[in-house]
Amino acid sequence: MTNQPKKILTPRRQVIKGIAAGAALGATSIPLWGRYAQSQSSEPIKIGFQVHRTGIGAAYGRWYDRTTMAAVAKINSEGGINGRQVEIVSEDDGTDPKRGAEVVEKFATQHNTDLAFGTLFSHVVYGSAPRAGELKIPYFVVSEGHHVASGALNRYTMQPGITDVKSQVQAMAPYVASTLGKKVTMIYPDFAFGHDHRDYFSAAIEREGGTVVEKIAIPPTETSFTKYFPKIPRDTEVIYHVMVGPAVLTFVKEMGEFFGSSRPEIFGFIDSLEAVDLSSPGLEFLEGTYFWEGNPRYAQANQSEYDKAYRAAVGVDNNGASVSDSKDVATYAHMFGCWETLHIVKAGMEASGYRGTGDRAKLIEAVEAMTDMPHSHAHPQGAKRFNGKTHQVFGHQYITRVSNGRLELAHTTSIEDTLYPDETDYTTQSF
Amino acid sequence: MELAPYLILGCIEGLVTAAVLALMAVGLSLVFGVMRVVNVAHGEFFMLGAVLAWFVADQLGGHPAIAFLAALIIAPLLVGTLAMLADMTILKRISYDPERTIVATIGLLYIIQQLTLMTYGSNARPVEPPFNQRIAIPWFEWTDGGLSLYWPWGLGTTSYKLAVIGFAIILLLGIWVLMTRTRIGLIMRATQLDRDVAQAYGINVDRVYAMVFGLGAGLAALAAVLIVPIQQAHYLMGHDPLLLSFIVVIIGGLGSLVGTVIAAVMIGLSDGLISVFFTPTLAKIIATLMVTFVLIFRPSGLMGSK
Amino acid sequence: MMMSDSKKSVVFHLGFLALLLLLQFILPAYHHGNLARIMVLATYAMGYNILFGYTGLLSLGHAMFFAAGMYGMGLTMTHLGWTAGPGMLAGLLAGVLVSAGIGFLALRTSGVSFMIVTLMFAQAGFLTILYFGEWTRGDEGFVIRQADRVFAGIDLSHPTYRYLAALLLFGICLMLTIRLMQSRFGHVLIAIRENEERTQMLGYDVHFHKWMAVIASGTMAAVAGAAYALLFGYAGATFASVQYSIFPLLWVLLGGAGTALGPFIGTLFMFYLIDLSSSLTTAYMLIAGVALVLLTLFLPQGLVGEWRRKMMPWLT
Repeated sequence: MTNQPKKILTPRRQVIKGIAAGAALGATSIPLWGRYAQSQSSEPIKIGFQVHRTGIGAAYGRWYDRTTMAAVAKINSEGGINGRQVEIVSEDDGTDPKRGAEVVEKFATQHNTDLAFGTLFSHVVYGSAPRAGELKIPYFVVSEGHHVASGALNRYTMQPGITDVKSQVQAMAPYVASTLGKKVTMIYPDFAFGHDHRDYFSAAIEREGGTVVEKIAIPPTETSFTKYFPKIPRDTEVIYHVMVGPAVLTFVKEMGEFFGSSRPEIFGFIDSLEAVDLSSPGLEFLEGTYFWEGNPRYAQANQSEYDKAYRAAVGVDNNGASVSDSKDVATYAHMFGCWETLHIVKAGMEASGYRGTGDRAKLIEAVEAMTDMPHSHAHPQGAKRFNGKTHQVFGHQYITRVSNGRLELAHTTSIEDTLYPDETDYTTQSF
Repeated sequence: MELAPYLILGCIEGLVTAAVLALMAVGLSLVFGVMRVVNVAHGEFFMLGAVLAWFVADQLGGHPAIAFLAALIIAPLLVGTLAMLADMTILKRISYDPERTIVATIGLLYIIQQLTLMTYGSNARPVEPPFNQRIAIPWFEWTDGGLSLYWPWGLGTTSYKLAVIGFAIILLLGIWVLMTRTRIGLIMRATQLDRDVAQAYGINVDRVYAMVFGLGAGLAALAAVLIVPIQQAHYLMGHDPLLLSFIVVIIGGLGSLVGTVIAAVMIGLSDGLISVFFTPTLAKIIATLMVTFVLIFRPSGLMGSK
Repeated sequence: MMMSDSKKSVVFHLGFLALLLLLQFILPAYHHGNLARIMVLATYAMGYNILFGYTGLLSLGHAMFFAAGMYGMGLTMTHLGWTAGPGMLAGLLAGVLVSAGIGFLALRTSGVSFMIVTLMFAQAGFLTILYFGEWTRGDEGFVIRQADRVFAGIDLSHPTYRYLAALLLFGICLMLTIRLMQSRFGHVLIAIRENEERTQMLGYDVHFHKWMAVIASGTMAAVAGAAYALLFGYAGATFASVQYSIFPLLWVLLGGAGTALGPFIGTLFMFYLIDLSSSLTTAYMLIAGVALVLLTLFLPQGLVGEWRRKMMPWLT
């Protein structure tokens, strides 16, 4: 034996190393059923939650996460789905379409979740949905985009928990034309979301006898807006604005600085102010202006018991801010979509007798069969009507007015106001 | 709006952009010029300045003017110190190799961005300006009685925006004085001209580099504190200013602070003015291509010394 | 039997490709899907490497080439009804045209100006995609339907065929790169990187070589973009944005600039770094940032570069 100072692993160390390596390998490659060798029914239902934790959608992602966790806690405390507890597996997609597709793949092939849900930004939906269709995993988006209903996606992708921008926008036109004015200047971000607003609203207001006198498109990453306002024609009766992104507060502030004390009627989508405190300095001029709200941020005089319970569960106060930090304003107009989608998953799984990933198609069919959903704890935003053919849900839209620093409900549309002819029929597609 | 008032508005807005851009670009120009490295994290120093300004204002409370003043002093100092630390621990170790610096500063970018996301969060938060009166600007028009003043609808600015422009001018003058009239400025310029010769003359080049890096970051942070009452502080806000300040530095010409300032004014103004005539996206395309072609036909920039 | 260095290198790389082929049958579904994606992105990085790693020209605008290929394929398939084969050709052609044109203009500058000019052209390209949103659907992008993603009767959305198609693409481009770099032309490129003036003095047409390098680099990036759209069914303006110009730089530097396999290893490394750390913490970009700083401090030649330096100096 030579005298070589060699490092030799003791047999015990080697064995331990081997066990550790085996466990690590096993953790990723043992299929789900192997880990729950006892009865099937104790296996949790795994729902993949595609969340925008970083990137441009991060402010929404936070609230989507809170709402999702609250909904799951409620569902689990009430016995879960088919007697099985629900487990959420979250993955950050960075608000990026490439990563979104990778995350969907991760849900389907590594985490083996029963379905995936939660995406908000449209470009991420477009990037991720094809993968979901190929992997045959139900993909419930909470996006507001018109993508699902337009027929561009696939039979596995649905939007059952939140209404889409086309129905929201066109439902606003009657109220705007009759109450605010008929000559409208539109200010919107110069990308797909903004173009949707431009196109749908122009068509809708013209049906009401109004006209869009000017269309001002603003580059998405713009940080200062004063130089765009001079394009607003003097005879404008209503300004219609919908801005997204971190610069929204600047937009509203500079609009106030531009108009000073004499302003036309202003109608905006609350997207311009999601997660922004209405009492922020510079927003005083919004007094008396109107907003579309997917779900009224401030608790109204006619607050339903469902909204009350929902707020308590998610941790939002009557001003739409976090109960633990009154400066932390929620993205109240969008996050309810997560709550309602999860309840629809529950309803769909129970209706179809869902047992495992082999029943995914049955889950889709069960949801496609849904139609009217009454206002309830499962649907705190309001009653809904689901279109099984277009995979898109329709609901009430709310118009509020800023009064004394609060948003007070001024009008609630009917569901009929928001409907439009079907553009596709996913049920004709095979699984 | 009629053309002339519209142009005035575009000019003022453009000057505000130019003011902030100039400060940030001068910071980058110093780093680029003296140290010859590309600092991809420069935009993050900018963002940190804004975020720290919010922290300071939030902690201090009280009258916005005092909070703002405190932020104006504290934020650049903190960011500059952080940058100096980064230089001494990372950049020095990789001998300022251009490629390795790019990777290292990209890493630094991710680290700073993520830490900010984890502590400050993903929301955009406002900081109150120390003062902010709306100022309506008059213009001339022909009436029956000859030229007379009137106040065009919507033509106005705020006292704060004007103050930003003024303050930036003072600061830039101060930097010019620093670089041309003080010993420290002399040392920096010597190191920029020829690092080895400077070292031979007994100048501690490493210390100069650390100082320059810190100064560059501090200027970016200062620019951010100035802009944050107009915009908000958001953890991704460093991305666009980074690109813009690089362009300004290259167009202005490496090694020339005057060129940087001129380029900043040009680009800031064009940002404000071109959108008067074209739709915004088209305006941006045109502006981008204009910049590109300036570089193609005058590669050393406007006042480049290379 | 003594093989020449270049032959040794070719055999090694062929062996590596064989390993990737073998993995197609072994890998569990998740990693199998990841690898297909990584191979396409690595092709993009290899294209970038031709210009950056071998020729020494740092471009900050390669996303425009990737996007040219992606949209060349995506638009012809969606609006003109072309099938996959002609679509790929359209993507390749778009890459050739865009890189030739941009290269011609951008090569009038050098050094940092070249960096900025390529960055600016890419920005203008990104904005143009948004401007023509009516056809390109702007940032939202559009889906290329599963039914259309068929080549010669083979359904490319099927995991096996997708993997094999990606491997084919990666393999061809890898061997092409090696062939290029071992050829006289490749040696001139390396000479330009090492000392441009001396190469010029030796009588080589430096400008022409650089232009060819841009075209080769841009076209490979475009083919990767077209393949990405074809294999994964989506084209969007996000892929033309600045971060997608930074990614290949990052992957190449991490893996090892100027090595043939460096881009692949770099892409693989970053992908799994992000994937694994995102399961540990939501702050995975923090880990990625720290990893980058550490790597550049201690492994400056990149992973494959260091390996080559210490173990296999004959590697291309």
